Formats: sequence, C-alpha cells, structure tokens
Amino acid sequence: MKLHEYQAKALFRGAGILVPEGLVASTVEDTVAAACKLDYPVAIKAQVHAGGRGKAGGIRVARTEAEAGEAARAILGMTLRTAQTGSRQFTVNKVLVEQGVAISRELYLSVLPDRTSGRIAIIASSEGGMNIEEVAATDPDKIIRIMVDPLLGVQPFHLRQAGFGLDLSGKILGDFTSLLAKLYRLVIDKDLLLAEINPLVITADERIMALDGKIEVDANALYRHPDLAKLHDPEEEDPLEAEAAKHNLNYINLDGNIGNMVNGAGLAMATMDLIKQAGAEPANFLDVGGGASAEMIENGFRIILSDPRVKAILINIFGGILRCDVLASGVVEAAEKVGLSVPVVIRMEGTNVEEGRKILADSGLNLITARDLNDAAIQISAIAARA
Amino acid sequence: MSIFVDQHTKVVVQGMTGREGSFHAGQCREYGTQIVAGVTPGKEGIKVDGVPVFNTVRRAVEQTGADTSLIFVPPGFAADAILEAADAGIKLVVCITEGIPVHDMLRTCAYLTNTDCRLIGPNCPGIISPGACKIGIMPGPIHTPGSIGVISRSGTLTYEVVHQLTRAGLGQSTCIGIGGDPVIGTSFIDCLAAFRDDPQTRGIVLVGEIGGTAEEEAAAFISAQLEKPVVGFIAGLTAPPGRRMGHAGAIISGGSGTAQEKIRVMREHGIHVCENLGTIGDFCKNIFQGI
Repeated sequence: MKLHEYQAKALFRGAGILVPEGLVASTVEDTVAAACKLDYPVAIKAQVHAGGRGKAGGIRVARTEAEAGEAARAILGMTLRTAQTGSRQFTVNKVLVEQGVAISRELYLSVLPDRTSGRIAIIASSEGGMNIEEVAATDPDKIIRIMVDPLLGVQPFHLRQAGFGLDLSGKILGDFTSLLAKLYRLVIDKDLLLAEINPLVITADERIMALDGKIEVDANALYRHPDLAKLHDPEEEDPLEAEAAKHNLNYINLDGNIGNMVNGAGLAMATMDLIKQAGAEPANFLDVGGGASAEMIENGFRIILSDPRVKAILINIFGGILRCDVLASGVVEAAEKVGLSVPVVIRMEGTNVEEGRKILADSGLNLITARDLNDAAIQISAIAARA
Repeated sequence: MSIFVDQHTKVVVQGMTGREGSFHAGQCREYGTQIVAGVTPGKEGIKVDGVPVFNTVRRAVEQTGADTSLIFVPPGFAADAILEAADAGIKLVVCITEGIPVHDMLRTCAYLTNTDCRLIGPNCPGIISPGACKIGIMPGPIHTPGSIGVISRSGTLTYEVVHQLTRAGLGQSTCIGIGGDPVIGTSFIDCLAAFRDDPQTRGIVLVGEIGGTAEEEAAAFISAQLEKPVVGFIAGLTAPPGRRMGHAGAIISGGSGTAQEKIRVMREHGIHVCENLGTIGDFCKNIFQGI
C-alpha cells in the first residue's frame, strides 16, 4: 500500500527525521491560507500515488499570495499522467503546501527489503533528486548499496559506510548516520516495503532534511498496524478495482476489450498473454482464487461487464480438485442472474469435465465451450476478428 | 528417484484441524503420502482421520518420527510455525500459506540458512513426486510418474503445464511450486541443482513470471552447470508496470522484472522458451524427444 508524501512525512517526523514545515489543503482557499501561514517561497505539491510529479507539472513554487492561488488552481483537480504511472491517470484532490528550503546539497537515500539477497538494502547516492533507476543505469559508481542481515539489524559500521560513501564529514556526518538509523528502524517497526527520501537535502544552514518522501507499506502486515491501515486512500484506486477488492477479487483494469476470469494469478497472467497472442487485447487481470465459487463468478461477471469496452469474456478455470459440474452450474447461475450481453468462452479442466460441458451446452445461454487452452485462444481470436 | 521427497517421507501437518488443513491432509493421505501427525496448539490428544494431533512440533517429531512439515497456518502465525518446525529438527518445511508479511519472511529465511532445514514456499502449491508422495494442494490425478522435473513460481499455471505434459506422454519425476512471494525459502537454482543430481530427471520445465531476477539467475546457472535440456515459460508478457499481479512477488518495478527481458536472457543461455501456454505440452514433447 502506497502512502502520500504528506503521510510519509508525518511518519518521518514521528521517527525524529527532520522534514520541512507543511500543511495539507484540498481547496484553493485553504492552499492560499496555508501558504500565508508559512514563509514565502512555498512549494505546492500534488498529492498522488505517482512519481515524476515535477516533470508532469504537479509541483510549483509560489513566492507571493497571488502565485500561491494560481498554483493551487492549476494543480487541484488536474489529471496527472507521469512517466511512472503508465496508462493510468490520477486526479489531484490534495496538495501539500511546504515551506521553501535553501539547499546546499541534494542526496538520495532509501531502505527496503531486497528480494534477491533476502536482506535489508540501504541505497544511497550523491545524485539526489534524480530518478535512481536512471542513475543506476548511467552512473552505477554513484550508488552505494549496503546489505544488512535482517537478524543482525543495522550496525554503526553500516551507517558510517553510507555516510563516508557520500563524502560527508563533521556534524553533518553525525546527523546523517543518526537519520539513517531512524529510517532503518522505521522500515522494520512499520513493516515497510520501501522508505525513500529523494532528495535528502543538506540545507544552507547545515541541517539534513527529507524534502520528499515515498513509503510503501506491506499490505499483508496491516493487521498489526491499525494506524497505518487508516492511511489507505481509496480515491487513488481505480473504482472497478476498489469494487472488486470488496468481493475479495484480485482485479486490475487494463486497456483491451477481451475480459477474462481465471483462478490463480500465474494462470491469469498467462491467459492475458494468450489473448494477446490470439490477436486481441486483455481488458483486465482477474484472479478469482482457488475456490471459484458461483458467488465469486457472479461478482467477477458484474465487474468485467461494467467495463463498456468488453466485447467478449474468456473464463479459464483449472479446477483440479474442483468439480467441473459444480463450476458449470455456478457459471450458468451467475450468467442468468447477471444477464450476459457478450459472448463467453469457457475453458475448464478438472473432475467431471464432461458433465460440466453438458450443463453449459444445455443452458441455452451464449456460452462457448473450449476443448482446451489452445482451442480457447482460437475461439477468442475468431470473436476478436468479428468485433 | 526424485528430489526432496519420496515414499519414505513422514509428514506432520501444522494447522491440521483447520478447514484447509484437514481437507488437504486427507487428499495427501489418499495419494499415498505418510501423514503421521498434526499440530494444533491446545488440541493434543484428539485425532483427525486417525492421525494424532500434538500441541507442539517437537512432541510430534518425538512421538512419530516426522521429518517433513506441511503448513496451513494463517499468515500472521505462519513464520512462527516455520521456525518451530526448523527448531524441532524438521528437515523440509512446505508452507502453503499466502500473505505472510515480507519482514517476517526475511527474518525466517535468514535464520534457516544457519540450520539444515529447507523451506519450500511460502505461498506455493507444494511438492509432489508422482506415484510416491504429494505434500501440498495440487490435484494428484493430473500427474504421472516419469522423468521431467517441473519448477514453478505459480499454482494453477503449474497444474496447466503438468496436465499438458501428462497428456503429451511426458511423466514427471518431481514437481515443485517454489511460491509467488518475493522472499522464499527454496530458489529455482536450489531445485535445478537437485534435478541435475537426480538420475531419474532427464529434462526440466521452468515456469516463471514477472518480477525480480530469479529466472535470469536460473538461466545463468543452467548454461554453466546443467546438461539436461530445459524448457522455460514466463507469464506476464502483457502485465502493466508497477502493478502487483496477484502474487506479492509479481511486479515490474523500475523497468526491471519484465517477461520480455527474462525470455531474452533465458534464450541467450540456451533455454528453450515456449511463449504460447496453449501449446507447451507439444513444445516439450518436441524438445524432450529421445532423452
């Protein structure tokens, strides 16, 4: 679960990490009022779950009240589509109004679990404010990677290694190592998948401060962090995805016109790929889970069909232990309840598959049975060619 | 022969009195697996289908000689269950549970490296040596004994591949789901090394998906250390960047972990990559001909 910058900074502040003075606003009036409470210049920053906001026009500096109003009108309500959001767009509902800071140096710092090594990675760079993946690609020597054994935890030598690696010395070195220790602690205590400060700045008056903040919380650990669970912002989600989540369905909205419903995430991805290979485009990812009950399928139908672009649906259920006759009855029941407006190709495998196919064929509904996965692709290809 | 498990494997099921645990323990037993004990704290003394239940894994091991554990414990308690099994001297832990917090798994896997306990999973379908032993939730009847090793990060996708292998007349030595989480106990490389040393295994199918670099590392290992032919499949060619595709580990982040890149690296290392899941059975038949 991603957090907004202002939420990340509240966590930083709570952990004893210095951040600029700031206020959150959701109207033009509140933005101007907030700016006036701080000293000009202020930064007005769109609060959306997307990186690359600056380049997309989501961050502005205001030196006067008039400029603050102008920036607020430009940013609030804008749809932001950045280099990092892919095809998704975000509507800006909130801004963070922040005290301007005189900067002498910009650094990069992040702490995150590293899946490859199974350790906690500390990543630091003297190239602050840049996209770290770009720095890694073009200037790998500028990146310091320190791997911490999760059982041992961060040690003073790790902190020094990062600090000296960034060419810090004197008071700033001490302030940096103290900040890094706090950031590491925060990642462990709050079950974070990422805590990134980019840029981490050294101010003209020799303080070290998080000018930006990005945090991702492990959604699987929210049960033990009720304070973090409250930070979830449903407005950042696709409405269909939010609706699907309510029914325990794992749904992701995509741009194509062939809906699909599959049990299991890996098979669901492979089914999307198969649709593409058949000459069509998948409209979604939808994993109904291992069970695939009639109720799940009904909810799945509703969600897929509420996307008006969908011209056909492919259901691919590898039942195995699941009985296909039960599954087929569930599909028929769900289809009758929902009312199908598009053709549905069904491929299912498991015990009693022949009985299952008979139930589908006898239903009188627009249900096309596929013999196997290859046949399903051919059926979808034929439908896509007509659409 | 097979890898990691065979007909002599003695299994204790942690969480056997739950709905999933009792159902799948029954299915495994029906397949022929020796399910010798269950563990549910506070329920020692009862029996599930004739199998004794104990309060602790240590007691179960002492009383029954179990050497392998199958875990169906809810996510908040699963890491503790894995550690308990390792501490009790269990040599192989198969953890089915999905949704264990990442930091729990980091600590657990780091601890396990200092023991001689192997963890398969979490968030996996388990392991099966067809005809000998099934420790997991996969449907038994789609498998058939033979000489192909199967390794996968996924569940139902693996069943699809195995089903097509069986239909193409290619039996399996052992099929392992290593799990869809970002931090897992047994890697592709661990399985590849075991298949390399297993005389029954003559060919290998590796089923990967987007996210991380496990497939790329496996590919380098294969070209350096393996003479047996390997077929690869990667799910997620059409997955959008930055989204978790069902599995916690299936995410393209910062441009890395794409299916296209994995396929490119695998081909570079001499792996026969099949791009169309609908035809993977025939594809394998062609590659594994005469082995």
